[in-house]
Amino acid sequence: MRSTVIADPAAAGLTARPEPAAGVKASRIRARSRLLRGLIGILLLAAVWEFAPLTGLVDSYFFPPLHVVLGTVWTMLADGELWKHVQASLIRAGVGFTLAVAAAVPLGAVIAWYGPVREVLTPVLEFFRNTAALALLPVFTLILGIGETSKIAIVAYACFFPVLLSTIAGVATVDPQLLRSARVLGLSPVAMFAKVAFPAAVPTIFTGIRISGSAAILVLIAAEMIGANAGIGFLINYAQNNFLIPKMYAGILATSVLGLAINYALVGVERRFSRWRETST
Amino acid sequence: MSARISLRNIRQTFLVRDDQDKRRHEFVALDDLNLVVEPGEFLTIVGPSGCGKSTVLDLIAGLSRPVTGTVEIDGTPITGPGLDRSVVFQQYTLLPWRTALANVEFALEARGGLSKAQRAATARRYLALVGLEESAGRLPRELSGGMKQRVAIARSLCYEPGVLLMDEPFGALDAQTRERLQEQLLDIWRRTGTTIVFITHDIEEAVFLGQRVAVMTSRPGRVIETIQVDLDRSRVGETDIRATAEFAEYRHRAWSLLRHQTVPRPVLREVREVA
Repeated sequence: MRSTVIADPAAAGLTARPEPAAGVKASRIRARSRLLRGLIGILLLAAVWEFAPLTGLVDSYFFPPLHVVLGTVWTMLADGELWKHVQASLIRAGVGFTLAVAAAVPLGAVIAWYGPVREVLTPVLEFFRNTAALALLPVFTLILGIGETSKIAIVAYACFFPVLLSTIAGVATVDPQLLRSARVLGLSPVAMFAKVAFPAAVPTIFTGIRISGSAAILVLIAAEMIGANAGIGFLINYAQNNFLIPKMYAGILATSVLGLAINYALVGVERRFSRWRETST
Repeated sequence: MSARISLRNIRQTFLVRDDQDKRRHEFVALDDLNLVVEPGEFLTIVGPSGCGKSTVLDLIAGLSRPVTGTVEIDGTPITGPGLDRSVVFQQYTLLPWRTALANVEFALEARGGLSKAQRAATARRYLALVGLEESAGRLPRELSGGMKQRVAIARSLCYEPGVLLMDEPFGALDAQTRERLQEQLLDIWRRTGTTIVFITHDIEEAVFLGQRVAVMTSRPGRVIETIQVDLDRSRVGETDIRATAEFAEYRHRAWSLLRHQTVPRPVLREVREVA
């Protein structure tokens, strides 16, 4: 067969639209002004936190002004105390989260790919998903003790279901037209899964992974409040019990920053893998 | 690279849920359908929507099996999808996370037996065939509708199937793009010698492309007549075939056949209850 160009694509008026350089620039400016407005919001919040106690609007003993809390954060950073707790929490959350994702993605894929399996398991999974992870903490503690294992286990449990269900949803709702065109090419079921169904499901799977990221921190903090000797949850609870109020707020601030960081990191990864989606233009 | 297809005494039914009594009824999509596609032929099938055109294509593609009757390719019964046939669907079925080139390579991966470099080279050659070698690195979302469909055509041709099946491939395109692609398709057909079965509801498109036009009726779907179209398409890019008297005559004949069978008939519901 010859390989000659048949029609001039430009003449056919079919050439793709050129990269709208001006549009990109405009949207960048828009993004910057949005960032600026967001920053104003943060500054307002900081101002309220600072001046509400100072003006006596709230009791400054229970609600110390921002500069006091930030001062405490600074000392705790300097002597390594804060990092010790953050590290303990991060390791637990990281291990639990990784275990959950590693187990939930393959399992979800298998469940979704085999219709009957999915129909049998969906009600069971819905039941488990709606069982609050923290309600099971006593069970985990009973079986796994009060050490690291039970805390990692409860994080893994909390992360497992969002990832599992989003994987099932992602794989099960792949555009049937895509699967049809792959079937026409005579692809084996395994190849069809690896080359079509799974890549198509990746963006949906990442939605679950992102939800899991916040769930991991949430559940972990609560678990650490109940039984631990390190970790941010422990720090907050310990500080409150001992009336170290600025320390308590330092711990709370640390959870917020940690949660934000994890979320942004996961959003970044998600973007990287979903770039092909229509919405990203 | 061309094959003969024959469909004999085909009957195809589906179970459909009736809106009124909520029960499942048997719907006769095709009844006693006969059709032969000669090797290297460009056959178009035209008919009203819902007449079972796509069902015919699914049967040839091997995506479904008839209730009764035989579907054969070069004398061998068709039992499933195979690389001796390929399909271009109306919806763009490119993998959105793959570039144009990688989408063509996808079909070659499915066939197997080629190294990575060979796949890339072949894919490039076929992208060039449809005039898209410049856009090899673009993702589907960066391509226009016409370009996407040309990638789909390149993907369907790259493993050199004997038959190219096309299910209203240009249905979603604007008129100018559609005409361009029709001309281009005729050119590809001449170059490759592939048998093409092209489904459309557009009479002009059917007459313009097909050496023969199979006209289908609906309810039940069957081929009522096959029109032999003898148009000189050798200078298709330069002359406006659609403006010739012969073209108008063929178009009118197909139009009359379709008009005659769709209007005067009462709504013949070949729906009987399933025990």
